Amino acid sequence: MSEAIQDYDPAVDAPAHHHPIYDYDSGPPVDRGKFAIWLFLGTEVMFFTGLIGTYIVLRMGAASWPNPEDRLAVDLTALNTFILITSSWFMVMALQAIQGGDQGAMKKWLLATIFGGSVFLGVQVYEYFVLFQAGALPNVDIFWSTFYAMTGFHGFHVFVGIVWLICAYFEAVKGEYTKENYLRLELAGLYWHFVDLVWVLLFTIVYLM
Amino acid sequence: MRLLVTLLLFLVPVLGVWTFWTAEENGWWMPETVTTYGPDIDYLFYLILWMVAFFFILTEGLLVWFVFKYSKKDDTKGVYSHGNHKLELLWTVVPGILLLVIAFSQMETWADIKYRGNLPKTPPIAHVWASQFDWRVQYPGADGEFGTWDDVESPHLFVVPSDEDVVFILHSRDVLHSFFVPAFRLKQDAVPGMAIPVWFNVDKAIDEEGAEDKEAIRLYDLICTELCGWGHYKMAGRVEVRSREKFDEWMAEQEANVMSNGKEDQS
Amino acid sequence: MSVPPIPSEGSAAASEGLNPRAPEGQRKGLGAEGSVYIEHDHHELSFIKKYIFSVDHKMIGLQFMFTGLVMLGLGGALAMAIRWQLAWPWTEVPVIGELLFPATGGAMSPEFYTMLFTMHGTIMIFFVIIPMLTGAFGNFLIPLMIGAPDMAFPRLNMIGYWAMVPGLFFAIASFFVEGGAAAAGWTAYPPLSTIKSAAPGSMSGQTYWLLALTFSGISSMAGAVNYATTVVKMRAPGMTLMRMPLTIWSLFIAALLQLFALPVLTAVSIEQILDRVAGTGFFTPTNLVVNQLNAEGAGEAAGGQPLLWQHLFWFYSHPAVYIMVVPAMGMASDILSVHARKPIFGYKPMAYSMMAIAGLGFIVWGHHMFASGMNPALGMTFMVSTIMIALPSAIKVFNWLGTLWGARIKLTSAMLNAIAFVALFIIGGLSGIWMAATPVDIYIHDTYIIVAHFHYVVFGGTMFAIWAGIYHWFPKMFGRIMNERLGQIHFVGSFIFANCTFYMMHQIGLAGLMRRTADPYAYEVYAHLQPLNEFISISAFCLFFWQGFFVFNFFWSIFKGQRVGRNPWKATTLEWDAPSPPGHGNFDRELKVYHGPYEYASPLVDEDYLQQTRSVN
Ligand code: HEA
Ligand code: HEA
Ligand code: CUA
Ligand SMILES: [Cu+2]
Repeated sequence: MSEAIQDYDPAVDAPAHHHPIYDYDSGPPVDRGKFAIWLFLGTEVMFFTGLIGTYIVLRMGAASWPNPEDRLAVDLTALNTFILITSSWFMVMALQAIQGGDQGAMKKWLLATIFGGSVFLGVQVYEYFVLFQAGALPNVDIFWSTFYAMTGFHGFHVFVGIVWLICAYFEAVKGEYTKENYLRLELAGLYWHFVDLVWVLLFTIVYLM
Repeated sequence: MRLLVTLLLFLVPVLGVWTFWTAEENGWWMPETVTTYGPDIDYLFYLILWMVAFFFILTEGLLVWFVFKYSKKDDTKGVYSHGNHKLELLWTVVPGILLLVIAFSQMETWADIKYRGNLPKTPPIAHVWASQFDWRVQYPGADGEFGTWDDVESPHLFVVPSDEDVVFILHSRDVLHSFFVPAFRLKQDAVPGMAIPVWFNVDKAIDEEGAEDKEAIRLYDLICTELCGWGHYKMAGRVEVRSREKFDEWMAEQEANVMSNGKEDQS
Repeated sequence: MSVPPIPSEGSAAASEGLNPRAPEGQRKGLGAEGSVYIEHDHHELSFIKKYIFSVDHKMIGLQFMFTGLVMLGLGGALAMAIRWQLAWPWTEVPVIGELLFPATGGAMSPEFYTMLFTMHGTIMIFFVIIPMLTGAFGNFLIPLMIGAPDMAFPRLNMIGYWAMVPGLFFAIASFFVEGGAAAAGWTAYPPLSTIKSAAPGSMSGQTYWLLALTFSGISSMAGAVNYATTVVKMRAPGMTLMRMPLTIWSLFIAALLQLFALPVLTAVSIEQILDRVAGTGFFTPTNLVVNQLNAEGAGEAAGGQPLLWQHLFWFYSHPAVYIMVVPAMGMASDILSVHARKPIFGYKPMAYSMMAIAGLGFIVWGHHMFASGMNPALGMTFMVSTIMIALPSAIKVFNWLGTLWGARIKLTSAMLNAIAFVALFIIGGLSGIWMAATPVDIYIHDTYIIVAHFHYVVFGGTMFAIWAGIYHWFPKMFGRIMNERLGQIHFVGSFIFANCTFYMMHQIGLAGLMRRTADPYAYEVYAHLQPLNEFISISAFCLFFWQGFFVFNFFWSIFKGQRVGRNPWKATTLEWDAPSPPGHGNFDRELKVYHGPYEYASPLVDEDYLQQTRSVN
């Protein structure tokens, strides 16, 4: 079997430490970053599926389930939902602005998005605060356990989204985005829309059903 | 190397089949079953065993043969083949059909044993409670109702009548446990928060020596097979099978015991 | 699949500086097509940048490999302690007994036994097999086999390795916290795992365990996004999907499995953590009484369902067993073809059957729960899907046999291990049919038959494929070849002892012995199994110490092995075009792929192999 092993010839076979980098692009005409972010959002979908699935199974299996209206401030959260959806619209406007090459408008819309997200998060923190005051802790019963797990993890995602958008804003200020190159802003936007979409779902099943 | 490898590969099916062949006499085999559905399960077990044994011998046999035949020193090129559609179709369709046969042949037995709708219509004889690390059996007592003061409680020992359908409700007080009686071919997890109805019917009377004796009192190991903590390994119980008369005798005795205890309590 | 044209050096695309690989922010163009030549600045990296915080996929792959091997030693040592207890329960454990259990004169306690198998299973699965397959081989092979200079996101790749390190820390540290390591099995079924008073290991040990899993999950996630993107977006010109080596297919499929199954495990792990530390009640039913105490710690909220954990855990962990075998199948296919000097038989069915295994793998999880109290009607559907998974596996087995038919087999160490993979995977797979059959599973669930089944697939299957992979790609990793004689000795002993260890477990299981038992002889009926258990244990010890041949060979060959050129096996795939070992950037020339990956014995050329990059007219 050793005859299968070629003789070693240092002239051709000596390993080099660096090679020129030949980079190829295959496959569908989407950018790598965008491809990866879609995969990542797929995993996020599965993550929330796990949480929401837990909620559904536990609720179906429970002898009785409290009416969310009795326990939660549905009106306030409805308003909050509206704010979050609006911020998604702001994000769309920011992208449109940069696609038109308007850096100033983009920055304004981006700030508006960040503001909308922050208000949402602020209201959620306020809601938690009021609930805690009233003694509604996660260890009280299974309604609160699932409520805090779902809204809490969503809130964490909003927080990450805001930080991401703030980073994007600083890049915008530095002039990194142009009419031709705004990919990174687009990625942040995709994530932001995803977070909003999940909220609409959560709001529907946790507060309304 | 070539001969050694061939020998090693050859020994796999040979010794593999041999250990299964001799397993029963060595005591490395299932205990004889004593319930009504036990033979059905065993039949399916053997059905799969034969099917699997056939493919085991076939595939391992081909592997040995090919390794032996084609590892000779040979400077010519191998066969240049990327596949053969007819052959591939054959070995997709045939196992596919066999697998469907296996799958469908299981269904009736499974439904008979486990479906709630197929549960015998007799009232439950007892509630069996598992907890770290023991079994408690609760009989309804003289009044025939569970949860009253005259309930009969029997630690570790589950006494049941033979030759009739026995239904009991399985519970756990703390963590998961599992109710396993090998000779019954019966296993069911006990889950806290759930009340799971289980049934069996011991219709084959064999005593310790394997002799047929309808009157003997037979004991079977009740084993906990779901990890339940450090004492999992010794969470043993017993199932005692008696003829109907002897069961009634035992039950009467127990009920009398409870009665007299109750009187003491009142005095 | 269209093949993008290759712009030659200095072409429009190159001179515009389109650079899809540059860090995202500095990228000049979008969705650039074609290849790009990037002049690389030739500076020397510091030791830390080169060996520790490396962004080079090859170095990260090796990091995963060394970590995996060390953890294999640890997981193996735990297995030896398990085997000691099962053969000679409650006797003094040699070597470490006095040290660990001074109070009992060196004998282990039943609590400790529960921690042993819990951590053995956890370490082997989450810190050996998965990091070895996807981490080590995935990283090392994907860019090389598709002709890419590196992963799509090198920095994310580095994070992937370093995210595993806290996981390792938590896994190992858990042995030293109060109450000891997790003790609820690698499946961590609640309420045993959530109620602190239920088991000593359910104090902090279980929380550590959950954190370990979460970090290993983040690591796998980062890897999976990277692998999938790299395979889809960075193949060399001409490398169409149907020209990818099966190893790449398998790693790609495993990455998709991870992407869509793992987040669910993360979600439930977090829920279990919350049950333990925040008093939520996801998995704790109402009215629990443990040890006469009200359930302390977990489940103040109650109202939860223990079975919910089982469903969601297996929703991940069943696909995980295919994450543990599909890459092994891919690697074994490549190695069989190379050393049999013959094209793989039925390339497309091989690729499709892996997809089928992965796809079906998502809808069979309930087969672990036939006895759990789950609705029996569900058991029926899970049974049918499980049994049908044997079909693509059957196709693979027959195709491997077809590959060997009419071959010119070279019995190298790599080949021996790959053949063993086929031989042993068959055994493990076939016993799976019993378990899939619901009525039969009533008897064999949670007995040693299960233990026999999964050791045959993960050890007989995957471990042998990993060895085959190491022997086969070692020359590419280190530029030297492992010693053949030692490799053969290692193989023969491992094969014999692995079979002696695991085959007899079928017999113990048939006799009805349950798994996870600290003392099989607590039941009189199992007393007669003692000699068999002794035989298994002695074989296991031999198996463990026999690995010395491998460890020695491995380290000795890194420094002293015979030097080899680019293509010591005369193989066809792209990685053999690069120098051994490849430098940063992998290839020293531009690649174009003309053929499928398995052109051995081709009539087109005189040699018995036709490399993918060699054009013949
Ligand atoms: C790499 C890991 C791996 C792989 C590949 C598999 C493969 C399979 N497994 Fe296994 N399994 C595990 C790892 C794995 N398993 C683990 C770790 C556990 C235990 C977990 C725990 O509880 O701790 C487990 C447990 C387990 C159970 C639960 C048992 C129980 O707890 O009661 C079941 C039940 O259905 C099962 C079934 C199967 C089947 C049907 C396959 C099939 O994919 C196998 C298909 C292959 C073949 C069938 C062989 C080749 C085919 C032929 C030679 C052709 C001809 C054959 C026929 C026509 C039949 N496995
Ligand atoms: C995934 C992989 C995997 C592997 C490889 C193994 C390998 C082994 N396993 Fe295990 N095992 C599991 C996964 C695995 N196991 C799982 C998931 C469980 C279930 C746990 C549970 O119930 O919760 C289990 C349970 C389990 C049990 C049942 C315990 C019980 O239920 O009570 C037993 C009993 O014999 C056992 C034995 C062994 C043995 C003897 C080996 C031997 O093959 C080990 C041989 C040792 C080596 C091969 C190591 C050699 C390495 C070196 C010497 C160092 C090299 C180092 C460098 C190069 C740096 N294992
Ligand atoms: Cu109770 Cu194991
Ligand atoms: Cu499974």
